[in-house]
Amino acid sequence: MTSKEYKTITDIKGPLVFLEKTEPVAYGEIVTIRLSDGSTKNGQVLDTSDDMVVVQVFEGTEGIDRRAGVKFLGDVFKLPVSKGLVGRILDGAGRPRDGGPDIVADEKADIIGAAINPYSRQSPHDFIQTGVSAIDCCTTLVRGQKLPIFSASGLPHNDIALQIARQAKLKDSDEEFIVVFCAMGITAEEYNFFRADLERTGALENAALFVNLADDPAVERLITPRLALTAAEYLAFEHDYHVLVIYTDMTNYCDSLRQIGAAREEVPGRRGYPGYMYTDLAMLYERAGIVKGKKGSITQFPILTMPGDDITHPIPDLSGYITEGQIVISRELHQAGIYPPINVLPSLSRLMGGCIGEETTRDDHKKISDQMYAAYAQGRELRGLVAIVGEDALNERDLQYLKFSDIFEDKFVRQGRDEDRTIDGTLNLCWELLANIDTKYLERLDDELISKYHPTEKKE
Amino acid sequence: MSNNEGVIYRISGPVVTATGIDARMYEVVRVGHEKLMGEVIEIHGEQSVIQVYEDTSGIRPGEPVFSTGQTLSVQLGPGLLTQIYDGIQRPLQTLEEVMGVFITRGVDADGLDLEKKWAFESTASVGDEVSGGQVIGTVQETDTITHKIMVPPKASGKIKSIESGDFNVTETVCTLDDGTEIQMMQEWPVRHPRPFNQKYAPDTPLVTGMRILDFLFPLAKGGAAGIPGPFGSGKTVTQQSLAKYSDAQIVVYIGCGERGNEMTEVLDEFPHLIDPNTGKPLMNRTVMIANTSNMPVAAREASVYTGITIAEYFRDQGYDVALMADSTSRWAEAMREISSRLEEMPGEEGYPAYLSSRLAEFYERAGRVETLNGDDGSVTVIGAVSPPGGDISEPVSQGTLRIVKVFWGLDAGLARQRHFPAINWLNSYSLYPQSLNQWFRDNIASDFPEVRTEISALLKVEAELQEIVQLVGSDALPMDQQLTLEVARMIRVYFLQQNGFDPVDAYSGVEQQYAMARAILTFQEEAKKAMAAGAVLEDVVNVPARIELMRARFAEGYLEKIEGLVEEMVSQIGNSVEAQ
Repeated sequence: MTSKEYKTITDIKGPLVFLEKTEPVAYGEIVTIRLSDGSTKNGQVLDTSDDMVVVQVFEGTEGIDRRAGVKFLGDVFKLPVSKGLVGRILDGAGRPRDGGPDIVADEKADIIGAAINPYSRQSPHDFIQTGVSAIDCCTTLVRGQKLPIFSASGLPHNDIALQIARQAKLKDSDEEFIVVFCAMGITAEEYNFFRADLERTGALENAALFVNLADDPAVERLITPRLALTAAEYLAFEHDYHVLVIYTDMTNYCDSLRQIGAAREEVPGRRGYPGYMYTDLAMLYERAGIVKGKKGSITQFPILTMPGDDITHPIPDLSGYITEGQIVISRELHQAGIYPPINVLPSLSRLMGGCIGEETTRDDHKKISDQMYAAYAQGRELRGLVAIVGEDALNERDLQYLKFSDIFEDKFVRQGRDEDRTIDGTLNLCWELLANIDTKYLERLDDELISKYHPTEKKE
Repeated sequence: MSNNEGVIYRISGPVVTATGIDARMYEVVRVGHEKLMGEVIEIHGEQSVIQVYEDTSGIRPGEPVFSTGQTLSVQLGPGLLTQIYDGIQRPLQTLEEVMGVFITRGVDADGLDLEKKWAFESTASVGDEVSGGQVIGTVQETDTITHKIMVPPKASGKIKSIESGDFNVTETVCTLDDGTEIQMMQEWPVRHPRPFNQKYAPDTPLVTGMRILDFLFPLAKGGAAGIPGPFGSGKTVTQQSLAKYSDAQIVVYIGCGERGNEMTEVLDEFPHLIDPNTGKPLMNRTVMIANTSNMPVAAREASVYTGITIAEYFRDQGYDVALMADSTSRWAEAMREISSRLEEMPGEEGYPAYLSSRLAEFYERAGRVETLNGDDGSVTVIGAVSPPGGDISEPVSQGTLRIVKVFWGLDAGLARQRHFPAINWLNSYSLYPQSLNQWFRDNIASDFPEVRTEISALLKVEAELQEIVQLVGSDALPMDQQLTLEVARMIRVYFLQQNGFDPVDAYSGVEQQYAMARAILTFQEEAKKAMAAGAVLEDVVNVPARIELMRARFAEGYLEKIEGLVEEMVSQIGNSVEAQ
């Protein structure tokens, strides 16, 4: 049944091919299409019925005519997986791109990926030290979390992602992460940048790369992250690795999703994106986590560029509803020459509460990060006021807060691209900076902590 | 071919079309060789359109479809509490035993443990006339909850035999003279509300322990509330606090299309949490439904119905039940997704035109009722809404607000200031205070409503003053207005802010709420007096006892301390006059 080749294409539209009069074809089945010039393309069944089959072609439909032969392979899309994936570079459809041999499969894994039973999950609680103060103190990353970077065009999100990939480790541990890197529609230049950096630091040997570049087929982007996550799941749950998945750029992925939706003449949701985009994104993001009885973990670090810096755009909006927080990159800070330009105010880590404190980081972490945040938020608000009425109208308390917001950005947020701060170092820095504010204005700190840590009020 | 078996004609994602099957609307059917569970949602001549609750990859046209003659139902009886189910009442623990950590498909699981023996104690005797809803016996299901075994709603007659003893849920415990056999387990179709005698007007608040909710925007037992808010504004934390601390006797928590790790957190946490009202683990009164965002979308659509049917079942036993649905937007999106696969004509933003009527039907299943057996029970529904971009002009928020009487508006700005719970006190509302005032007067303090009015008036005045401050700075205001700002600040920081993660501050009884509100008003009065006598605002504000009063709320036994601290504050404010 599956070896039969059909020449019954009726319509070709965008990335879709419509066929009629086939044997029963399974939903999700993989398809090869042989063109008249002898080349082949791959696709997947999107809709199937007795009369009509709709195939989405990953490489685009260019060159396909109605005489092309279509073969149904009788199986859904699977990725050959083995430990040999580590250290390899594959293209967006999972074929070697580094000139190396094909992956020798230990098994073939379904790339759609089944949902993890919530009952079988284990709550993430291991603190990951990224060495970046703004993240470690205020938006703490936890092993097994999905924490996206919300960025925008022209901002250094790639540098930040790489710095985190380089520096991320558990506190007091040298255990390293395996990086699974997934490129979706990024430019060759960006890709080379990532690759060069991974090579420079030797991380490439411990990484698996799945690469779909801007000039690769757009539809292929829909499977690239699924391949990457399938590889990550295999490495984490079969081989006990701690995997850090970085994928960039989710915005390109969503645009491909919209392209397919439009070609199928689906009823669009907001801004033309399909109504099922939330579910579709969830099926990627929710593949992060830790499960009971397995040693490995998957931590996700998706990067998305917000069109027009708009956080309410459907892509960041729906992502934010699924992911466990977000790290927001600010154009304003970037323009002020601050690296990493992380705006801690809209940034958030939902899993932070359970992973900071005496046993994991330090007893003052929760309160000091609240205080840093609150003081900075107030200082920022006062900047707006000062622009209208001038500093003279401020009382002593407000003046101190105002000054603090500058110090916060300059000393706390700003750090070098290779500067790896320990969590103790970061928290001590917080106390040092907060000493610029009178303790009576530090409402979120209690006397006990002040007498333990405050540089000038400390009681030994 | 018999009419209860047909064949698949078409598959498009979760929507499957079958021919040759004689099914009714909303009948449960089994799809394909793997017998995946589905539900008929549309009939076109020979064709039945089926939404399938499991992944359909690999299914082919031509595979068989079987009808079951039943509509989507839940199993109700002892064994519901402490369970965690997926959207179609399959226990997740059983699924793990059968499938491992990943949810695959084609597995059936009973909602109740059919083997487990429960100690049934009959409370009716042979010869009693009984009718639907009447309690004929009890089972001590958990330490705190006595499960009442009821006659199924449609049965009635004289009891021919009834026996106490250990039974499993499918064994007959009672027979009626017309031969009806009654088991501890009942089945009920989820899309039909369970019957009751009549609905009452709500008159008792659902005490949540959250000051801003109980004090300013109270929800009545049997009422419905909507919590819309953008991501990161604390919807889930608020819902979880409600599940933990509200004084309902039974809590049904639906995680509808939300994060897996969040459900795990609840699962890890609840067994260790103590119910402040009974002193027993919270899990004893909780039923959880978790259909996370990546689990099948049709089961997500069903999950809210599964949840509310279970809630109604406990209501019928005379309990006050609170149901949290997090988030109804994901439910609405599931409807949208299925509707678009059906190629229905869309309404606003691609949602189906029947969105608002479905929302209304759902919330209408809340209520305080006289049950069939004349008892008093209630279902309170609290639905989270996740409006895109936080803009509540979208259809799900609007559809919700048209029905619910309580609106707790979460605010990203407040969340950003780390003001939690980030409920905006200016645009939130509750339409229940009028009907609940009597309760507050009788049970807390005779002037409770007046104190509430004063506190909310102060917050309104503050909002107006803040606009001026934005332009000219606070120093430019006259002293009395500066005092008002300080008092309002105290309301915000000391009263409205509440730390859901602090073991003590997370729950604040209504008496304590009242005492705290009174303390604020006392401060205002005394400060006014002192300033009239020449005291300086800054001295008055910074009296140590006031700061202590505010800080002490994180320590155990705060309610008892308030009075003493207020007295000290009053005397210190008095001293600040003399210091001049």
